[in-house]
Amino acid sequence: MAFIPGQPVTAVVQRIEIQKLRQGDNLILGFSIGGGIDQDPGQNPFSEDKTDKGIYVTRITPGGPADAAGLMMGDKIMQVNGWDMTMVTHDQARRTLTKKKEDVVRLLVTRKSLEEAVKQSMSYPRQ
Amino acid sequence: MDTESTYSGYSYYSGRSRGSHRHGERSRDRHKTRSKDSRSEKSVTINTPPAEPLLGDSAVRGEQVQDDNWGETTTAVTGTSEHSLSQEDIVRITKDLEDSVGLDCRRYFTLTLAVILGLLVFLTPLAFLVLPHILWPERLQSCGTACEGLFISVAFKLLILLLAVWALFFRPPRAGLPRVFVFRALLAVLVLLFVVSYWLFYGVRILDSQDENYQGIVQYAVSLVDALLFIHYLAIVLLELRQLQPCFSVCVMRSTDGETRHYNLGQLSIQRAALAILEHYYCDFSVHNPALLSASKSRAAKHLAGLKVYNVDGPGNNAAAGLAHSQSRAMIAAAARRRDSSHNELYYEEAEHERRVRKRRARLVVAVEEAFTHIKRMQEEEQKKAPGDVMDPREAAQAIFPSMARALQKYLRTTKQQHCHSMESIQQHLAFCITNNMTPKAFLESYLTPGPTLQYSRDHWLARQWTLISEASVTSGLKDGTVFLLKCVDFSLVVTSKKIPYIQMSEEYIDPKSHKFVLRLQSETSV
Repeated sequence: MAFIPGQPVTAVVQRIEIQKLRQGDNLILGFSIGGGIDQDPGQNPFSEDKTDKGIYVTRITPGGPADAAGLMMGDKIMQVNGWDMTMVTHDQARRTLTKKKEDVVRLLVTRKSLEEAVKQSMSYPRQ
Repeated sequence: MDTESTYSGYSYYSGRSRGSHRHGERSRDRHKTRSKDSRSEKSVTINTPPAEPLLGDSAVRGEQVQDDNWGETTTAVTGTSEHSLSQEDIVRITKDLEDSVGLDCRRYFTLTLAVILGLLVFLTPLAFLVLPHILWPERLQSCGTACEGLFISVAFKLLILLLAVWALFFRPPRAGLPRVFVFRALLAVLVLLFVVSYWLFYGVRILDSQDENYQGIVQYAVSLVDALLFIHYLAIVLLELRQLQPCFSVCVMRSTDGETRHYNLGQLSIQRAALAILEHYYCDFSVHNPALLSASKSRAAKHLAGLKVYNVDGPGNNAAAGLAHSQSRAMIAAAARRRDSSHNELYYEEAEHERRVRKRRARLVVAVEEAFTHIKRMQEEEQKKAPGDVMDPREAAQAIFPSMARALQKYLRTTKQQHCHSMESIQQHLAFCITNNMTPKAFLESYLTPGPTLQYSRDHWLARQWTLISEASVTSGLKDGTVFLLKCVDFSLVVTSKKIPYIQMSEEYIDPKSHKFVLRLQSETSV
């Protein structure tokens, strides 16, 4: 998941669609995020590259909408509804996820196990 | 025109020269440019003569031998003569002349008026009390105890009034201002009217009718003295207290080198504000040093000297204004197109000068520190030394001065301060520093940086005569945007005033217990 500055970022991503749950006045998604370009990347327990300032999922409420959609702890969120999440501040990410007018968020997330899965499937000879 | 014009530094008229060396150089320069004109045909240059004070030239001009064929024969230029004067001498003579004549008669006139008014004011209550006894003593009621008590009160109030007037008004005048001081004049008129009206009342109701009630007369005198004390209170408020609260911020800029200072003044008239500013000028601004301006003047002269302007249309053809306008525009355009490398010269010259100053300064500091180690204060136990070895401060200064004299002189020459300090003043300062146990650094401080004008000898305060140039009347008050000039012989001070804005302050209370902090770890937001 490390990136080379100046080169486009490539990653294996999974599409996850989460329906927001209405709780009183708020629409909640059921997970917590950490990271952002204004945060300290060295303290991120989930990132491989400690200079990675992307948005990571730090906690999932069990039984919440994110859990039901298949989001896992430690995922890096690359896109939310088409908006880029690799170079945003923490507050911008929060605001993009919690837009009141949107009922559903479509995330593109990446995790280490996805890459390994793809590598494994590519190493099997075609039959 | 092959003959060269030569110039000698001295003519056969001059013996020793007392004046400055500069005269010879200046006249030599002028002669050099003239001879250049006569010889070459191509470069007809328009020379503005280098900016020189006019007063200095008059001493030299009278002695030059002007010939009709000056380009073709050898000429001798007198550089200096026995009776040459330096620039400062001439200015000082004109100053002295102007000082002795002039405003003295006005000062004495106002002084006599003030004294007459004062006497009138003081003698009036006494006259009120004494006149009934003189004019109709037999019909007068005798003075009871209350009345005699009032005598004491009159006496003490008069004494207080006397002391107060002495404190406020009988101070040596600090300056002669161009116009009359408006508030003082108003107060004098008020007091005069007041006293006159009391006299009128007294004359009509008491003297004419020969009133017997002496107690009433005494009370009348007491009321006069009370009212005079209140007028004195009014005088204090108008003359002293009103301008204490700062209301305007004035910006004072010297025209020769742009040194700027800002001061806060209260509500004053323009002439009083000018006086306050001048008093600040003498202790805040560094001394005016004309030698520092010569470099930029020579650069300006070089700029003008390089351009040639031809009048092709002949005189009287176009309107004079249009012609001059087009000429100046042509000159500016030519100057802009010319590839000028004078900025390069300036940069390297300044860098070189900086280096030289620092080197000389280092040598000077070392020399002075070494010189100071040769002396020490004599302790009491050492009184057994022979009296020949013991020196007083002046002798001690003279003893150690030669070892630092050369380094100091070179440094002063490099920073162009040599005319501000004479040998005598340097030795005096050295003796002063030795007496007061100062370190070498303290001694040197007054030579390393130019100080305020007060620091130098009295003949540097040449401009005790200042001219106030103002578009508004000088007795009108300061307003926002007032601009006036204070001119003396060498330079002028440009003063601009701005009103201090109205400040709206509000408060915000912070509870001391509200200062709480948390550690910032990776922040996590739940969505």
